[in-house]
Amino acid sequence: MKFTCLRKGGDFHCPPCHILDICGFRVLFDFPLDLSALTAFSPVPTSFNCSLDEETSCCPRSDVKKRGNIGKPVNANDLIFAEPFYKTVNNLHLWNAAFIDVVLISSPMGMLGLPFLTRMKGFSAKIYVTEAAARLGQLMMEELVAMHMELKQTYGAEESDFPEWMKWKELELLPSVLGEIISGKDGEELGGWIPLYSAVDVNDCMRKVQRLKYAEETCYNGTLVIKGFSSGLEIGSCNWMINCPKGDVAFISSSIFVSGHAMDFDYCALKGNDLILFSDFSSLNAAENLENDFSVRSTNDLSPLRSLYEADENLEEREKLAFLCSCAIDSVKTGGSVLIPITRLGIVLQLLEQISALLDSSNLKIPIYMISSVAEELLAFTNTIPEWLCKQRQAKLFSGEPLFDHVKLMKEKKLQVFPAVHSSNLLMNWQEPCIVFSPHWSLRLGPVVHLLRHWCGNQNSLLVLEHGVDVELALLPFQPMAMKVLQCSFLSGIKSQNVQPLLEMLQAKFVLFPEDMKQISFPKANSFSVLCYSENETLRIQRLKECPEVEIAMDLAAKFNFKKLKQENVNVTRIKGDLFIYHGKHQLLSGNEQANSKCRPLLHWGSLDLESLLTALSKMDIKATVERGMSDSDNDNVSVVHVHEPNRAFIEIKATSTVITTADENLASLIFEAIGTLMDGV
Amino acid sequence: MAIDCLVLGAGQEVGKSCVIASINDKRIMFDCGMHMGHVDHRRYPDFSRIPRPQGTGFDRAIDCIIITHFHLDHVGALPYFTEVCGYGGPIYMTYPTKALAPLMLEDYRKVMVERRGEEEQFTADHIVECMKKVIPVDLKQTVQVDKDLQIRAYYAGHVLGAAMFYAKVGDTAIVYTGDYNMTPDRHLGAAQIDRLHLDLLITESTYATTIRDSKYGREREFLKAVHKCIGGGGKVLIPTFALGRAQELCILLEDYWERMNLKVPIYFSAGLTIQANMYYKMLISWTSQKIKETYSTRNAFDFKYVTNFDRSMIDAPGPCVLFATPGMIIGGFSLEVFKHWAPAEKNLITLPGYCGVGTIGHKLMSGKPTKIDLDKDTQIDVRCQIHQLSFSPHTDAKGIMDLVKFLSPKNIILVHGEKPKIAILKGRIKSELGIPCYDPANNETVSIPSTHYVKAVASDTFIRSCSHPNFKFSKSSMEDGHGSSFKLGNSAPQLQVSDERVAEGILVIEKSKKAKVLHQEELLQMLGEKENKVQFAYCCPVRIGNLEETKSTDITSTNDKLSMTDGSLWLQILFARLSDEFSGGNIQDFGEHLQVESFRMSTCLKETCPYRIDETLQGNRSELVFFCCTWSVADEKIAQRIISILKNFGSSAVKRNSLVPIG
Repeated sequence: MKFTCLRKGGDFHCPPCHILDICGFRVLFDFPLDLSALTAFSPVPTSFNCSLDEETSCCPRSDVKKRGNIGKPVNANDLIFAEPFYKTVNNLHLWNAAFIDVVLISSPMGMLGLPFLTRMKGFSAKIYVTEAAARLGQLMMEELVAMHMELKQTYGAEESDFPEWMKWKELELLPSVLGEIISGKDGEELGGWIPLYSAVDVNDCMRKVQRLKYAEETCYNGTLVIKGFSSGLEIGSCNWMINCPKGDVAFISSSIFVSGHAMDFDYCALKGNDLILFSDFSSLNAAENLENDFSVRSTNDLSPLRSLYEADENLEEREKLAFLCSCAIDSVKTGGSVLIPITRLGIVLQLLEQISALLDSSNLKIPIYMISSVAEELLAFTNTIPEWLCKQRQAKLFSGEPLFDHVKLMKEKKLQVFPAVHSSNLLMNWQEPCIVFSPHWSLRLGPVVHLLRHWCGNQNSLLVLEHGVDVELALLPFQPMAMKVLQCSFLSGIKSQNVQPLLEMLQAKFVLFPEDMKQISFPKANSFSVLCYSENETLRIQRLKECPEVEIAMDLAAKFNFKKLKQENVNVTRIKGDLFIYHGKHQLLSGNEQANSKCRPLLHWGSLDLESLLTALSKMDIKATVERGMSDSDNDNVSVVHVHEPNRAFIEIKATSTVITTADENLASLIFEAIGTLMDGV
Repeated sequence: MAIDCLVLGAGQEVGKSCVIASINDKRIMFDCGMHMGHVDHRRYPDFSRIPRPQGTGFDRAIDCIIITHFHLDHVGALPYFTEVCGYGGPIYMTYPTKALAPLMLEDYRKVMVERRGEEEQFTADHIVECMKKVIPVDLKQTVQVDKDLQIRAYYAGHVLGAAMFYAKVGDTAIVYTGDYNMTPDRHLGAAQIDRLHLDLLITESTYATTIRDSKYGREREFLKAVHKCIGGGGKVLIPTFALGRAQELCILLEDYWERMNLKVPIYFSAGLTIQANMYYKMLISWTSQKIKETYSTRNAFDFKYVTNFDRSMIDAPGPCVLFATPGMIIGGFSLEVFKHWAPAEKNLITLPGYCGVGTIGHKLMSGKPTKIDLDKDTQIDVRCQIHQLSFSPHTDAKGIMDLVKFLSPKNIILVHGEKPKIAILKGRIKSELGIPCYDPANNETVSIPSTHYVKAVASDTFIRSCSHPNFKFSKSSMEDGHGSSFKLGNSAPQLQVSDERVAEGILVIEKSKKAKVLHQEELLQMLGEKENKVQFAYCCPVRIGNLEETKSTDITSTNDKLSMTDGSLWLQILFARLSDEFSGGNIQDFGEHLQVESFRMSTCLKETCPYRIDETLQGNRSELVFFCCTWSVADEKIAQRIISILKNFGSSAVKRNSLVPIG
């Protein structure tokens, strides 16, 4: 078994990517896109001045750009003015995609790069995704393609596959911040950039995806039994369990114990595996930001406003949301609008419920808009998947209420959904102040760009961002900003203090753990051994099980003819059948061959005692005499037993061989039988 | 260890489905239904027959309860069993069943208590408490009930959330189908299941002998009847239960209304059906493919033409279609409307395929009554049209046979069907498929053996050796060929290659260790012993006849025979002969020796050979050639045959004067 981490985890939006070699099959875990790298590109022509109306009309191209030197603070003109490329898992280039057998997707975010993979030549792996994650992932990809197409219209068609900005000459001119985003620390990440897939690619990809129900057991090639259990991170996201003859493996992706919307982390199901692949890097990102879960900043003031510590994760998350809502209400009260480009589905759904409740209780009639090409479908979908939601939401199903409040909000027209900023419905209904949910969190794509242009000068308006976004860089094209910015981090995995107890409880033999998270210490007297892995290093894992198990069919076992050996307590029998591998287990079933009626030993060991042989023969009325001590050509000590009656025969006896010679078939069998009683054999 | 199936209900009848299956000492209750046709103790399964420790509840007697769908004949006795009889263990049902079953139960309880004035068997609180014990499952979700018991639901069609359940204990597996439909309908898909290895299949057999034609014809009939009625200004009454049929018919009507551009109102009588639609909307993923695909733009259960009905509208003029609960017109609102509408000729009443005995629905269906007695004082003139719906959400006989063939279980139990029909189906299964089949009556037990595997570990060498190719080459000789028509290509017999990989090893059991399968070679190593090779040997003398003739007849290319030693020359002659006559294996020519499996044969030129038996041979020694043969016991048969061929050479060669074996 071998394990290679291709890309360690980024944030919520960019899960890690690994390859596991198990039972002769290559399993790829997730294939995300690093969308945070989009910030290196300019959302719109930089010379553009903020106005919603002008933007939709025409965009003057600024072909001549001034570039800041390295070291200087980055300026809006430094951003790459071109149709954006997308950053995939660079290290997969070192592998042949055609040799991947199975792809396991653990969250909707983990499949955003999948169309790149499925369109590769020779790619034929089975892709397993939970049905909910598949649907959400598809919607996310479709939205991405739609937003990109819109942007592409601004830039016009690209002339070649190798754009100007990728040339060394150009890259060297980039400020270091941007240079690192584009080409990594040593320039090795440059190979990961690729133009976005098309809607056709997405459709082709989705056709190749195998959708699984909750905890549905599926079997790859008879050998790998694969099952997904909820991880709590997002609707449909899951942790994988692989059972195979070589051992049982659990893959733990970023997981949340108690979720406000998705089904909780089902860690009990992962108990008792041989190996755990721990792939939750979230505490790595959280560690540095523990102090400021929240920060409200005006453009220049970066002081953290408030931080929260609570033992109860869920309570903590709820408080964060409540605070966020109160900030939003404060803004609309002063006449400003609120722009929420957060795309984490769980956060959006809960914010919708809480903000509208707060608006109601404050007697405010402020419209909530959601602008996205897939919003309508997304909202409809979330109300039809009780099987993937947390207990409280499921309880709503059983009492006949909608799973999420947005159903009611839409009916009451408190929430209005539009596919794009230029849709006629929006233009007719638009009211300010308002609260707008719209993608994309990178602030480079989608309706948010237009709205941010529109509101960035308004000091009463509020922009809500997630942690993990480089705010300075992200807001660069929109400077100067008068708008308030609230940045907040949401729980996106197992908290570092919970990692050790969790692993202890899961009772695995081995745990593969990220080297980078070594700050989590494990007590010496662990029940499991920890193997650390780091990016792009292949780790060999010793065998998990002493021996593979085999199930022997009853009818075959009924024919067993056990023989007790001279060695104490050892019984042996020959076994013959057809070996199958079914559902991850070896099975030995009786073949169509007829079993031999006579069950005679084929293999003997030990030495033959002459005296006993003579006694045994005489019991069978076989008369024989011994001729000892001859030496043959090999200097072996040879004894020969001469049989006179009932027929002539010789038995040549050496230390490691016995030869029976006779023309009488019956006699031969009798002598063989006699020898069989004296020596161990099977 | 075995599977014991105690049929507590739906044995040779339809109603109160309940089967207790003990699989290797794990006990599962499949369904817990009630009988609509009885009002005495026979309405519930006889739970007292479930073996249990004296004086305790059923917690320890039953490991889990599985409910297949929300119909009362499958779930109706559940609150009674859990709350009144006392069962606190796990209950499994699909999400839709958990959501909809309480509606059905509560509706039934109300009808019983409030309308019929019976003593209630369970209270509303009982239903709530009972539902708290229910663990919802998704389709195909593999649920580990405990260490040994695993269950899984498969889509069954029939009604929303209906499932067939698979249960596995150790190596023994069964499937209980509940009610299912093998063809998709307006709102549900067809039943779907994996090809499982099953010891037992317990299947419903409502339509054990019926083969149904296309559904569309019957749907058209229904629509035509409705259209005709409203065209003539009449009112259509569709008495149904709130769930299942109501939604199916409503989708059908909506679709028709849309196509025909009809404006006649469709009403739902009670809030219940509207509320039920709410559930259906959330459970869209359990409906048919077509409905699933379109839900995001228009949820099929957002009925466009349907509005609520008010009691005051009963006598309002003009045509309309009304869905009224309960079905079968057993009372309540549907009865109230019936009283008003039945006397008018232009009105229409549609009835489902099945109505329980004693209900007004049943009376309407049997013959064409003109008067119906409600009670002693009330009599209704029935002049309206009556249309009986002939589509049913149950599979027909073909569907049952298809499922049985697909699953090929080792045993079958038929339940949920009428006795004579079940018996016919049982005969068909036995004769056509050769599968043992049972149709127990209520309270009978069927016992069948269960599957077990012997568990062992296997060495890598053994596993690897099993996957080694095991090519066998055989020439399809003309003797056992298919006929003489191919004789033209006589000179080149076809080579057949087979690769049957046989696993052969040795099972070793040591005290206090797991049984282990080893490859033969590993055994001695493990025991620390050296092999003592026990072989047979026989130096077979063959008399040389006319050598020259033999050479010219048997070996055609003899130009450079001088280069061959005498020994190999004889071997070549023998090889040619054996290739002709011996068919039991592949003879390989190694130059110095011939070999078939472990049987080896070479020309023996030694003066004295230890394996020569007959020292005193008659005749000239120079006329004899010895072929020294050795073999091990496994190939005794081959050895015997080759030696006997040598002997036969003798008799045939006497005539041909070539090689004469002596022995």
